[in-house]
Amino acid sequence: MVEFALPRNSKVNRGKTYPAPKGAKRTKAFAIYRWSPDTEENPRLDEYTIDLDKCGPMVLDAIIHIKNDIDSTLTFRRSCREGICGSCAMNIDGTNTLACLKPIDEVKGTVKIYPLPHMPVVKDLVPDLTHIYAQYTSIQPWLQTQSAPPPDRERLQDPDSRRKLDGLYECILCFCCSTSCPSYWWNGDRYLGPAILLQAYRWLVDSRDEMTGERLDSLEDPFRLYRCHTIMNCAKTCPKGLNPGKAIAEIKKMMVARA
Amino acid sequence: MAVRTPIGRARGLGSAKEGTHHWWMQRVTAIALVPLALWFVASVASMAGADYVAMRAWAGQPITATLLISLIVATFYHAALGMQVVYEDYVHPHWVKVVFDIATKLVFFAFAVACIFSILKLAFAA
Repeated sequence: MVEFALPRNSKVNRGKTYPAPKGAKRTKAFAIYRWSPDTEENPRLDEYTIDLDKCGPMVLDAIIHIKNDIDSTLTFRRSCREGICGSCAMNIDGTNTLACLKPIDEVKGTVKIYPLPHMPVVKDLVPDLTHIYAQYTSIQPWLQTQSAPPPDRERLQDPDSRRKLDGLYECILCFCCSTSCPSYWWNGDRYLGPAILLQAYRWLVDSRDEMTGERLDSLEDPFRLYRCHTIMNCAKTCPKGLNPGKAIAEIKKMMVARA
Repeated sequence: MAVRTPIGRARGLGSAKEGTHHWWMQRVTAIALVPLALWFVASVASMAGADYVAMRAWAGQPITATLLISLIVATFYHAALGMQVVYEDYVHPHWVKVVFDIATKLVFFAFAVACIFSILKLAFAA
């Protein structure tokens, strides 16, 4: 039935406070979710006040500065620092986004940073993405054909067909959308969620793919697909400006078209 | 939690290969309910102050009875589909979900039959 009591680790305690360095002219406070599997403690919110003149303009710059110069135990994923790898997805100021694309000065007051919502936490800001990656694998995100490849060239695609992939191929699998979706929160074990369904649609509309029917078969399911109730948090939060909700609606239209 | 590979867990029992009909009928009944609900509200409002005999006569007219029965069928069908979605979203133990769904469908079906019977009684007694 409905669970009324939250799991033990849901209570986030007040953590340590790191005051502003002496002589800092422009300061900003960051409250960051901390949890380690190595201790028996509940999660805590550590507050770091940093000198903005010591770091770059983005939230990622700030947390790298904190890790390098203030508290090396702070754990997070990051790689490209330019919004193409999707590693630094986290919940900043109440919205899932990429830390590297989020300017610090867009946040009023203390910058609150949590890991992506409703995912198991590995440590601090690092969510466990094992299941969502497995869901991605389950939709077989690669070109599948019946026909043999042409011996002398690549498979051709006309420009109009290629344009149908615009707004889909840009997805970097940061999972800001799926972890902002209440349907994914409540039924993420079976519902594929906006990120995976956008990827599924990317292969459904690829003119070169020949397994459209089989792909639709494997998606037609009350949980895998039809948990989407067009809440649209996915489109609102996407740091790349994509619209997974629209991709899901297009899948539903394809289901009706072949019914 | 049992030891399983992540892909084994994600693939689970496979696709149900259904759900489109449910989704489609939810839209169809929703479209039907827009004019039916507006007609019902407007009609009842226009009958304000009417006595029992006048209401009986109104409900028993062929066109009124047809529209009322259509409204009842669309309402309970739509409600049953919608409650199933609510249970699927929020009720997680499988057997509880099944019990809720069966109970809702039986009760809504009984309500719909009772409403239709009442209207037919008025229509044919007139």
